[in-house]
Amino acid sequence: MQPAMTARTATVPLPAEWRDFFALTKPRVMSLVIFTGLCGLLAAPGTIHPVLGFTAILCIALGAGGAATLNQWWEADLDAGMKRTAARPIPGGRMDRTSARDFGVALSVGSVLLMGLAIGWLAAAILAVSILYYAVVYTIWLKPRTPQNIVIGGGAGAFPPVIGWVAVTGDVTLMPVLLFAIIFMWTPPHFWALALFVQTDYAKVGIPMMPVVRGQAATRRQILLYAAALLPVAAAPWWLGGTGAIYGLTALALSALFVALAVPVARRRAEAGDPMGPEKRLFAYSVFYLFALFATLVVDALARQQGWLS
Amino acid sequence: MAIVTPDELAEYRRRQKARNLALGGLLVFFVVLFYAITIVRM
Repeated sequence: MQPAMTARTATVPLPAEWRDFFALTKPRVMSLVIFTGLCGLLAAPGTIHPVLGFTAILCIALGAGGAATLNQWWEADLDAGMKRTAARPIPGGRMDRTSARDFGVALSVGSVLLMGLAIGWLAAAILAVSILYYAVVYTIWLKPRTPQNIVIGGGAGAFPPVIGWVAVTGDVTLMPVLLFAIIFMWTPPHFWALALFVQTDYAKVGIPMMPVVRGQAATRRQILLYAAALLPVAAAPWWLGGTGAIYGLTALALSALFVALAVPVARRRAEAGDPMGPEKRLFAYSVFYLFALFATLVVDALARQQGWLS
Repeated sequence: MAIVTPDELAEYRRRQKARNLALGGLLVFFVVLFYAITIVRM
């Protein structure tokens, strides 16, 4: 039986709430990860038992949660210095770092083991690489060192559709690589649009985000370049015969709008106190873009499976 | 935050109970999931 706690046990800290553990997994980011992973799984040729499909997506979600937790464990001091992240569980004082680290490791290792045992070891290996890529290559190595952190680190978020695809097919072919490339090319303009309107926070804690190191003009130019490069990459699955016209035409339309929204961002200069309307609009659209593009990929695959297009 | 008052002790108990319930729920979920995976893969 536990001894009664009185004023004498003043050194016992309050345990973190389960909600704080959940918050460590960055649920909003995880929703995009789950969605793209599910789309990869549903668009892949072949079938998977619903229980195994659910398990694969669960593993992707747990792995992403583990990586996000390790990211917050490592960056707790930086998070404390930024308004956007200061209320997270560790800098907010609601959880100790050791608990966060242990939780992150448990989620990461558990997700890889479950994926390997239930689905296959190729999918598990890619999941393990994606976790290490985000938690080590991006968080520990690239982010504090180079303004190209988002470009290379964006690869971490590009793995989920590949894992979903491999969970069904058991091998890596051109299509999952293209899905990887789409998210890889999408990440820089998505994140730099955000960095443009929160750049003072990044500057404060010394993170070399593009707007901080290279300045607004270079960042805005690169946003447009990546948005333009994304268009052929997004349409490539159609041009290479991996999808039908539903996906191809939608990808072209969505990507053209992405470029159209990036143009005003590239052409303007913001002064202090600027409401940053075009940048915020581009950021919001970039989130919609990825959801819409991958949803169309699934619709296209289902339409072809049902023979609606033949 | 340290436990120094009855209110904080009550809060400690509440959090402990909520965490235990969440962990218990997770364990039950994984038992069911592993059972289902085993059946499917047989």
